[in-house]
Amino acid sequence: MAASALHLRLLPSPPAGVKLQQRRLRSRILRQGGLSRRYSKVVCYYGLTTPPYKLDALEPYMSRRTVELHWGKHHHDYVEGLNKQLATSPLYGYTLEELIKEAYNNGNPLPEYNNAAQVWNHHFFWESMQPEGGGLPEGGVLQQIEKDFGSFTNFREEFIRSALQLLGSGWVWLVLKRNERKLSVVHTRNAISPLAFGDIPIISLDLWEHAYYLDYKDDMLTYVTNFMDHLISWDTVTLRMMRAESFVNLNEPNIPVA
Amino acid sequence: MALRTLASKKTLSLALGGARPLAAAGSARGVTTVTLPDLSYDFGALEPAISGEIMRLHHQKHHATYVANYNKALEQLDAAVVKGDASAVVQLQGAIKFNGGGHVNHSIFWKNLKPISEGGGEPPHGKLGWAIDEDFGSFEALVKKMNAEGAALQGSGWVWLALDKEAKKLSVETTANQDPLVTKGASLVPLLGIDVWEHAYYLQYKNVRPDYLSNIWKVMNWKYAGEVYDNTLA
Ligand SMILES: [Fe+2]
Ligand SMILES: [Fe+2]
Repeated sequence: MAASALHLRLLPSPPAGVKLQQRRLRSRILRQGGLSRRYSKVVCYYGLTTPPYKLDALEPYMSRRTVELHWGKHHHDYVEGLNKQLATSPLYGYTLEELIKEAYNNGNPLPEYNNAAQVWNHHFFWESMQPEGGGLPEGGVLQQIEKDFGSFTNFREEFIRSALQLLGSGWVWLVLKRNERKLSVVHTRNAISPLAFGDIPIISLDLWEHAYYLDYKDDMLTYVTNFMDHLISWDTVTLRMMRAESFVNLNEPNIPVA
Repeated sequence: MALRTLASKKTLSLALGGARPLAAAGSARGVTTVTLPDLSYDFGALEPAISGEIMRLHHQKHHATYVANYNKALEQLDAAVVKGDASAVVQLQGAIKFNGGGHVNHSIFWKNLKPISEGGGEPPHGKLGWAIDEDFGSFEALVKKMNAEGAALQGSGWVWLALDKEAKKLSVETTANQDPLVTKGASLVPLLGIDVWEHAYYLQYKNVRPDYLSNIWKVMNWKYAGEVYDNTLA
């Protein structure tokens, strides 16, 4: 207690409402007995991340209005919903990825799962696109796609087919399968993230109707095709593949000597 | 008889058209296809609760696609059954459930709606009105419960007012995607179904599903629900 009282004096005073909220949170945590020693008065929630381009930068394939609503309302509401849940949740204090895995609870999702996964999925989705995206990937990414799908055309077709086969709201992904050590296309229902199965996401495409309805109405096929041909960010994919390769060896197994 | 044997199933199906079963004589099996039902009101007749554009797309595009894909799946199923191809039969179940469910659900949904000028939104009277009071406390409590469950439904799906015809009891149920109510229990009869897919409201209500839910009651056809209730328990 003494330590945290000292802490309080060193920090600028937060507004009264926040203080009250923090006091409640602290007494709750103290009651639960778990985090009391490590507890600091800094309450950390997740923030809404901003797409790495202007809201109209994806036009004409994704309208400003769609991005405004999708990011400013849907994504925003998932963040708000999650933070509201975390104020009274034992899952407070995880990184978002850990939280998703924990809350997935081996396929019996806890109440926090939906919001947590959707926050992550949307953030990942915005970064999966760029203005004047699409086209062909370069170098190692293209080689890996050709190795795992036979050709880039096969990959493109499989991605589109997978989207059309999703019956209801959800996502289509390019993932790196950890165990098989190869790229693969999967689709998931609603908020489900491949993170929960241990796969490494490389691309996500939102297939909830809110992602395309204003621009494409019921024509999901054109939406998916335009994503592939004009929006997908191969720059992001390259970075994500580089990162993924520190977890998955895509070449010959290289077992370190202890 | 000779003619029937000669005519392929496809030709027969085209000749007869519509939702009529193809009379099966001897070994000639028939596929019963379904057709898109007409609405008993204009697309714009539910405004301002539901816009004419939403109604047109919902009926002419979404429901029409479920009908087309269901019929296609049925024909594939028929071919697979004739061939004795069990794995193809099993593989078709997903498409049949989704598109068949989409057809069943939307067919009910259109009957659940009625323009205000024709009595849409008038609360239920008669036996259903009493049963609602009995099972939910009040009409308002039922509406509140359906709104809450509809708003909380994750992803796409439906919220139902169901009648359990065995237990003679009402309940609120939700189903995912295009699962019809019967997947929640063989004795459940749908009195009302509300489509909470985003296509049902997005052009007008955007992300605010609760507003769509609270407005849809203004065009709810309780007369239809009451008739289904009475007929089921008669
Ligand atoms: Fe979304
Ligand atoms: Fe619908």
